[in-house]
Amino acid sequence: MSLTADDVNKIAHLARLGIDKQDVESYAKDLSGMLDLMTRMNELNTGNVEPMAHPMDQAQRLRADVVTESNNREKFQAIAPQIEAGLYLVPKVIE
Amino acid sequence: MHTKTLSELAQGLRSGEFSSVELTQTFLNRIRQHQHLNAYITVTEELALQNAKAADVRLANGTAELLTGIPIAQKDIFCTLDVKTTCGSKVLDNFIAPYNATVVEKFNQAGAIMLGKLNMDEFAMGSSNETSYYGVVKNPWNINTVPGGSSGGSAAAVAARLAVCATGTDTGGSIRQPAALCGITGLKPTYGRVSRYGMIAYASSLDQGGPMARSAEDAAIMLRTMAGFDEKDSTSVNLPVPDYRVGLNNSLAGLKIGLPKEFFGDGLNSDVAATLETAINEYRKLGGEIKEISMPNLKLAIPAYYVIAPAECSANLSRFDGVRYGYRCENPVDLTDLYTRSRGEGFGKEVKRRILMGTYALSAGYYDAYYIKAQKVRRLISEDFKNALAEVDVIMGPVTPSTAFGIGEKIGNPIEMYLSDIYTIAINLAGVPAMSIPAGFVAGMPVGLQIIGNYFAEDRLLNIAHQYQQVTDWHQHTPKGFE
Repeated sequence: MSLTADDVNKIAHLARLGIDKQDVESYAKDLSGMLDLMTRMNELNTGNVEPMAHPMDQAQRLRADVVTESNNREKFQAIAPQIEAGLYLVPKVIE
Repeated sequence: MHTKTLSELAQGLRSGEFSSVELTQTFLNRIRQHQHLNAYITVTEELALQNAKAADVRLANGTAELLTGIPIAQKDIFCTLDVKTTCGSKVLDNFIAPYNATVVEKFNQAGAIMLGKLNMDEFAMGSSNETSYYGVVKNPWNINTVPGGSSGGSAAAVAARLAVCATGTDTGGSIRQPAALCGITGLKPTYGRVSRYGMIAYASSLDQGGPMARSAEDAAIMLRTMAGFDEKDSTSVNLPVPDYRVGLNNSLAGLKIGLPKEFFGDGLNSDVAATLETAINEYRKLGGEIKEISMPNLKLAIPAYYVIAPAECSANLSRFDGVRYGYRCENPVDLTDLYTRSRGEGFGKEVKRRILMGTYALSAGYYDAYYIKAQKVRRLISEDFKNALAEVDVIMGPVTPSTAFGIGEKIGNPIEMYLSDIYTIAINLAGVPAMSIPAGFVAGMPVGLQIIGNYFAEDRLLNIAHQYQQVTDWHQHTPKGFE
């Protein structure tokens, strides 16, 4: 299985990941190589096998619905790229 | 001082032979002297000396624990309150963690002294430490070779005695492979044994933190502190933590050791194979019974891993969006541009490759063919381990196909780099614990022996490693120039 430069651009867009134009071909080549590796899994008949998402097959632990975190807004926003009046700033979304 | 083991240092601190401040200063001096190894991203000198003073008070007033006053270092994947935490990435070059990882908190409570934060492959994605934004770490045994990865800084620092011991994390071999290539002892615990809270996520169903040290005994001391249930980690397992030192001297008589024939076939360097054979013979002398076993699905571990790990990474790394913390591009024109350029300029090539792979594997139309298929293969690999460990007590094999490779040798060929993790990856898919211990040298470079055990059998693994270290001295060798 091989991926084209167009495929790579499409996947990069899905991931909102900028990639340099001159690197697109090499990503296409690397990803195609990885996909070749993955086709080896088809050697194995896995028809009745239950997918394994997690080593312990455990259910998500629940906890009481009580507040456990204190308000750290200032601490968290101290490392933000851009804030104003306690809000995170991004470019205008709605015209 | 730097040549002593953790227990010897703990003894020295108690007998008054030296203070924690003196010990910490010795290590800080060594870090400065051997800066060229590039093992540390951040050295927290002032904080370390301040904490060493506090440790000396605890040592004097009798409230000290075993690790109190011992200089250790943290892989830079663990969040450290008010200290830069980069995960080896440009994305987090300006990130001052607003809280401590549970592992860091536990070491702080125990009074261990953090010397600094250790270099690593970017977001723990790599097997050579060459993907770090902060440059490659050099292997102290030969500075033209890689230390392994992703915990390359941890392995190099412990091998060169730039810390008494260090933390690492292991998603596909990232503790064991660098431990093997740098000649130290590393343990990847059972998935769920050590809290992942505050440990920056790569592939959440595989990531596990663990100790990297000079001996099994030192690793046992570290693990006692690191392990345990944490309600802040939803996959943390609620089981009591034993004192891992208690069983270290148990006899190995009658120990059933399985050697999977799939681990000793083509691809394993013949000198490495011969070294491992000698080590396994040593286990025979210690009372081990060797049995050849077969784990037929191991060969599919790499393909399954390179679907599952990138899929999880593409989801985990979506949080780095340039909005709340981390790198933001200059002058974004709109929100999409902000996301796309911040991520594009911030992430390195290997991280991007894995995000792309994972995004593809999870995208509509490919999810069943890749992601679900890989999860099914994962089940079969995990059953191979269950079946084998019903038959034998432990599994032994290589950690790496060869000794440390040259800097620049494999970085241009990602697939070849992935294939070098053939012996370590299946263990993470199954979630069982495994160790790497020094087992000899080939042409002056360390070789690691891998010991794989059953779920939560860390105590047994440490016992098996310790017994070997009582009759061999490979773990005591020090690279030239770092004595």
